[in-house]
Amino acid sequence: MNSVQRYFSSFFKGLGSLLKGMRITFIEFFTKKITEKYPENRATLKISDRFRGELIMLHNENNEHHCVACGICEMNCPNDTIHVEFDMVTTEDGKKKKVLRRYIYDHGSCLYCQLCVRACPHHAIDFIPTFEHAVFTREKLIEQLNKPGSKLAGSDVKA
Amino acid sequence: MFDFKVVTEWIDEGLRNLLPASLVNITECVLIGICLLVAYALFALALIYAERKVCAAFQCRLGPNRVGPWGTIQVVCDMIKMLIKEIIEIKHVDRYLFNLAPYIVIISSLLAFSCIPFAKGLEILDFNVGIFFLIAVSSIGIVGILLAGWASNNKYSLIGAMRSGAQMISYELSIGLSMLTMVVLAGSMQLSTIVESQADGWFIFKGHIPAFIAFVVYLIAGTAETNRGPFDLPEAESELTAGYHTEYSGMHFGFFYVAEFVNMFIVAAVATTIFWGGWMPLHIPGWDSFNAIMDYIPSLIWFLGKSAVMVFIIMWFKWTFPRLRIDQLLRLEWKYLLPINLCNLLLMVVVVAFNLHF
Amino acid sequence: MTNTMKEKILSIIPTATFTEEKGLLTVSVPPASFHELALRLKNDKDLQFDYLVCMTGMDWGETLGVMYLLRSTTLKHEIALRLETPDREHPELPSVSDIWATANVNEREVFGFFGIRFINHPDMRRLFLRNDWVGYPFRKDYNADPEINPVRLESETNEDAVPTYEMTSTGKVQELEHTVFEDDEYVVNIGPQHPATHGVLRFRVSLEGEIVKKVDVNCGYIHRGIEKMCESLTYPQTLALTDRLDYLSAHMNRHALCMCIEDALGIEVPERVKYIRTIMDELTRISSHILFYSTFCMDLGGLTAFLYGFRDREKILDMLEETCGGRLIQNYNCIGGVMADIHPNLVKRIKDFIKYLPPMLEEYHGLFTGNIIAQQRMKGIGILSKADAISYGVTGPSGRGSGWACDVRKIHPYGVYDKVDFNEVLYTEGDTFSRYMVRMDEIVESLHILEQLVDNIPAGDYAVKTKPIIKLPEGQYFKSVEAARGEFGVFIESHGDKYPYRVKFRSPGLPLVAVVDLLASHNKIADLIAIGGSLDYVVPDIDR
Repeated sequence: MNSVQRYFSSFFKGLGSLLKGMRITFIEFFTKKITEKYPENRATLKISDRFRGELIMLHNENNEHHCVACGICEMNCPNDTIHVEFDMVTTEDGKKKKVLRRYIYDHGSCLYCQLCVRACPHHAIDFIPTFEHAVFTREKLIEQLNKPGSKLAGSDVKA
Repeated sequence: MFDFKVVTEWIDEGLRNLLPASLVNITECVLIGICLLVAYALFALALIYAERKVCAAFQCRLGPNRVGPWGTIQVVCDMIKMLIKEIIEIKHVDRYLFNLAPYIVIISSLLAFSCIPFAKGLEILDFNVGIFFLIAVSSIGIVGILLAGWASNNKYSLIGAMRSGAQMISYELSIGLSMLTMVVLAGSMQLSTIVESQADGWFIFKGHIPAFIAFVVYLIAGTAETNRGPFDLPEAESELTAGYHTEYSGMHFGFFYVAEFVNMFIVAAVATTIFWGGWMPLHIPGWDSFNAIMDYIPSLIWFLGKSAVMVFIIMWFKWTFPRLRIDQLLRLEWKYLLPINLCNLLLMVVVVAFNLHF
Repeated sequence: MTNTMKEKILSIIPTATFTEEKGLLTVSVPPASFHELALRLKNDKDLQFDYLVCMTGMDWGETLGVMYLLRSTTLKHEIALRLETPDREHPELPSVSDIWATANVNEREVFGFFGIRFINHPDMRRLFLRNDWVGYPFRKDYNADPEINPVRLESETNEDAVPTYEMTSTGKVQELEHTVFEDDEYVVNIGPQHPATHGVLRFRVSLEGEIVKKVDVNCGYIHRGIEKMCESLTYPQTLALTDRLDYLSAHMNRHALCMCIEDALGIEVPERVKYIRTIMDELTRISSHILFYSTFCMDLGGLTAFLYGFRDREKILDMLEETCGGRLIQNYNCIGGVMADIHPNLVKRIKDFIKYLPPMLEEYHGLFTGNIIAQQRMKGIGILSKADAISYGVTGPSGRGSGWACDVRKIHPYGVYDKVDFNEVLYTEGDTFSRYMVRMDEIVESLHILEQLVDNIPAGDYAVKTKPIIKLPEGQYFKSVEAARGEFGVFIESHGDKYPYRVKFRSPGLPLVAVVDLLASHNKIADLIAIGGSLDYVVPDIDR
């Protein structure tokens, strides 16, 4: 008798659990969908300010940056992403000084670890939350961060 | 109610006036064949689209929405992609059987498809052992699946095919018995007669308890028969990557894929025909004006509407339940469905013998 | 305590020498008597070192060797063993895989990387590297010339017979053959590209019909040599790699490494940092467990449940993105604190989330947990006994499903886990269902922890200033945290440079795959998938 009871009770319990699951999916069938319609929602898409999308060099409105080409960022990078190319310039008072020529950033090998930004003594570089970076070749990911014609803020040496 | 016989007879007469009698037969066969294939492809497309949308809705997604309005063209694009894809020649396969298998599957599905009475006067194969024929041709498909699994020379495929064999043999019993239950009630195996005899009330109402049990059993067994989730063990993608059709590519894979979807429709359509009155409109005795309004809705719409509901239920199963294991699958059939079915058949016989049905 | 231990060990091996650092006793013994010592350490009733936490291959220049960290699950004490051999040409050390089962895979790892052969080990194959690899890459004198080991384009052959080295009664070492699969076995490859292995992991499975007879795990398809890479990076730079181990508990992994370095430097982090780290750990744990639910359901064929899990996990990822700036690779902890203060929205969002999740958990349980098909596929399948769990080192929710109270948050509280009230979820059945339920219950516990913390974050700095160049004092350091899938440990040996001499990550994933063979044998193929899913390994964590 016991086994017969078990046979039927397990059958109906099982059936109940199946119906419960079907009820849940049925309710879900009519609830609002969660799909984000990218790229239509580009305008309303909210990306956190802290999101690390790509490294940039900060320039002010006079096309000036703060990079003194010290190379600390390059040293801190775990993946050889940054290459700072600089010229040695002798200033008027006879001191030798580094001047940034090209600040090369290989986006393809960046780990977004933020060590460069944290190490920079002049806050010359920062991450911005852009995210549409797809290109067709790896070479296109190697970028020069200092804008053409830009110079060090507060100096008159042209880069 | 519009009778499609008017159309078919008109075409027949027209042809007879133009051509000698022997050519008329051949032309009609060709015409019907073309219509059947076109309908088959259209149904497959519609079902694939429906499956994607329904599945998406169950999963809080939107589903295809890029190509065409609401993504309607997506399926057509996919079909074109499938058609122009290369059919890869695989080394070490039994080439003859490997290439034959998808055609067996699709032919079996096509033959079953042609049995369905779509609307009043719109039936292709209709003779006195229709249900018997339907069961017979739909089980040819398993041969194709077994061949596909065996000829692929792939271990996953072989396991998938073996599972499929065990599953089909088991669930064929339940399908047959639940259909037999309804045949007892209808007193005929001819599909058109079965539909006609539901004019005064659908079998699911006429046959009440045993008919309802038979319906539930049929739906479960039918889902299993079409290898759809939760009974998709032969192709269980998380276990066997794609089971019996792992090695197939291009349109050969497409045949398996399309056949699966149309088989689902066939199961739904047969359920509609033998339980829910086929293309018969809903009539409630005594409500004459209501019945008259129902009669205005074309029979094809009735049939497709009912089938769509059945298809939805089968999809609902798939997108709710996890997959069964092979021993659970067999236990469900042999320990539960088969005894229930046999008792139910007895019950139906009693109901019919003592005239307890409506 | 340590004195009695010393006496005990001296009575077994009179030649043993001891060093003691921060309360951890390190014993070095000659290789000949090591196996004897190991056996006694495990079986002596006053010692009971039944859990081999971490096994690290070492190259000390003159000598090659292994560091063992042992813990007793009953008496809660720890000991480190140091074993070395001066022979660099044919280094041979005794195997302890018969004492602690987890040593089996770890010894294979050490063999591949350092070339140390373990005598009496049943299966001396390289674990991660190809069989045709030239040289031993973790040795300090390894030649990394790509000419020697080019990227090989031909596929590797799998020998069914593998070498083992056994000690004969005369004391000579003899090479024997050990058969993995017989010629007539039906061996199926599951992976490296397979939907159910959650990454590039490969099982060779011997089948008899639907029944699994034996599983042979092949790892290394995503091995990146992170431990070796760390040896040429400064300490802050090594942090960037921890997020890429078990990417689903990225935050905990980094927490462990930061704590280990802070510990070595003697930095005391502010209370606020501890709170923030704990909150982030728990958020990561919830997201990882939800992902577990999703992928486990997918493995069992429930695709709808998969998307429900992802829907809710997205909420956590959004929170992490807002505060940390990253979704998967959060990159938030740093030496001495965290990268930035928490975002002003975070507290509110966590509170909303605490309200949001419980009804969703109800939905999960209704859809999947209670389902008769799922229940039958989980209950009684793949039973792992408590003794096996300890021997194999199966920590985390999988270990707790076998009734082993192995939660590092309770054993060695870090962060503010000593201040919050939470239960260690334990199930005793040890089957797939209990492993599943532990995780589902832990989500609730984690929400409970968050509830207690989120309103009480003390004011203060979010980081302490550290020197621009960090050099760890000479010594060995080990620290572990409870990551989402088990005990994640970091072992650092420093020689006083700004680069670590050796870094070892004790990954929770490796024991989890090592135990698959034990659990899946004599079950069905579908059960193998379910068992793999319930163990919830992450492949980059196994391979490192």
